[in-house]
Amino acid sequence: MNEVGANKFGRVVLYIFLTLSALISIFPFYWMFVIGSNTNSEVNNMPPALIPGEFFIDNATKVFDRINFFGSLLNSFIISTAITFFVLFFCSLAGFAFAKIQFKGKNFFFIFLLATMMVPPQLGLIPSFMIISALDWVDKLQAVIVPGMVSAFGVFFMRQYVATSIPNDLMEAAKIDGCGNFRIYWNIVVPSIKPAFATLGIIQYMQSWNDFLWPLVVLKDASSHTIQIALRTLNDAYTTDYPMILAGTFMATIPILIVFLIFNRQFISGITEGAVKS
Amino acid sequence: MAEQDVAKINHVKEKRKYRPKLHDSLTGYLFISPFFILFSIFGIYPLIFTAYLSLHKWNILGDKEFVGLSNYVSLFTNDPLFLKSVGNTFFIWVLSTIPQLILALILAFLLNQAFLKAKGIFRLAIFMPNITSVVAVAIIFSAMFGTNYGVINYVLSLFSIDPINWTGSTLGTQVAISAMVMWRWVGYNTIIYLAGLQGISKDLYEAATIDGANKRQQFLYITIPLMRPIILFTVILSTIGGMQVFAEPLLFGRGANNQGLTMTLYLYEEAFTRFAFGYASAIAWVLFLIIILFSLFNMFITGRIKGQ
Repeated sequence: MNEVGANKFGRVVLYIFLTLSALISIFPFYWMFVIGSNTNSEVNNMPPALIPGEFFIDNATKVFDRINFFGSLLNSFIISTAITFFVLFFCSLAGFAFAKIQFKGKNFFFIFLLATMMVPPQLGLIPSFMIISALDWVDKLQAVIVPGMVSAFGVFFMRQYVATSIPNDLMEAAKIDGCGNFRIYWNIVVPSIKPAFATLGIIQYMQSWNDFLWPLVVLKDASSHTIQIALRTLNDAYTTDYPMILAGTFMATIPILIVFLIFNRQFISGITEGAVKS
Repeated sequence: MAEQDVAKINHVKEKRKYRPKLHDSLTGYLFISPFFILFSIFGIYPLIFTAYLSLHKWNILGDKEFVGLSNYVSLFTNDPLFLKSVGNTFFIWVLSTIPQLILALILAFLLNQAFLKAKGIFRLAIFMPNITSVVAVAIIFSAMFGTNYGVINYVLSLFSIDPINWTGSTLGTQVAISAMVMWRWVGYNTIIYLAGLQGISKDLYEAATIDGANKRQQFLYITIPLMRPIILFTVILSTIGGMQVFAEPLLFGRGANNQGLTMTLYLYEEAFTRFAFGYASAIAWVLFLIIILFSLFNMFITGRIKGQ
């Protein structure tokens, strides 16, 4: 498979193409800071400012005046952490059951679970909103947390992992020693699937952090906004103050970017495993 | 009893290690119940209730009035805006998905070259857009696609191309929205294709080389057929995603001629700005049926390609 780079010319072209693709991928991040650190008049210029300016703090201060930035960040943190915690617990439990416990109708339930992944979330948008209203959860964080507590993908992912990483002999030995299924889960399964927790956890955390449509529907009051909804408000207010808007976007993007850079191996391997296995 | 049990055990295939017991069934159901309970409340019930609502005329305040299929009928016969949103959604989907998947396949192929240095860094950089929230992407790109002072029009001006009115023209808006979708998803698909390519045994290529097959033939007759399930997976995933494009036009602006209005945005507006819950429910079901039809169509097409 190495003919593309067999001659020197081919290799140079390949590196140029890849470098260009990488630059296009990174440029918007850089440019977000360029605009976010300049003034409006410098941005509305031809040629536009292409290097960072000195006004980032000023723009950031304007963002804090306009939206409840840290409150929204905290809401996003609470929601994503709670959802991730519940998803990891419920999905590993269900994944363990599907992988290792024999029970009637298991295949049926599993196929049903896979089929649910095809259903687009918009389909249930209106009735789900009505349920949340009836529970009086509008503008409360549990409106986002509770419906997000399980994920079909998570169950599927955990099932695959448990099936390959826990030997049946170990299960039998534990049974003979009188362990119940929950003790097997807690004392044997949980410690052996730590890598799967890391992978699913980071994927779920990112997904919850970036979720937009559902929080937009149920979190209307500014005090309950997640950071994504707050950013939308920033952009919505008939303003053309792009430096302020992009300074806010930059500050909202950086935390998750750092988390990603730390955990990128788990994240990427989780995504590819999910795809290649299904 | 004991004899029956022994007979049963003999019937069970050897590879099954232990028998289902009542106790096992109980814990089995117990362990999977959180998913199925929550999914019943926030998945199945809404699905059915949306279907029920779609047969009614209902504003959130008044009473529900049964109208049969008339919501569906008027969607297709009396609502040019809906038909426009369907057209826009498909156009944006084609414009973003086809170049996206081709580019991802090329990038994955290049990243898989054995001699390539700094592979990890390229991979990381190309994947990074995928972790950015759709809101952030839409905001950044709205600024970049600005008509007067946007950086994209500036770059075009370096090549003596006149500024393009991205927010005002039909094609401009649709290209801008497609660009946002593409930027976010090329890296994701590249990573998936790369994993697929790495799973193909090198022996196959060596054997083909010995048999005198050139690289182009190897790509067409080994790489593509073996990658087919993964390509199908990405096509279905981008179909589902493409039919749901929503935040990009909401934040970028759908334009004076509704050229950026997508099906999901229309659904959202009917439901939560006009509160026409019955009508919006009909849109939701049409959207769902389109996704299913489209996925089946993709499977059929990919199946045909295999047959050749």
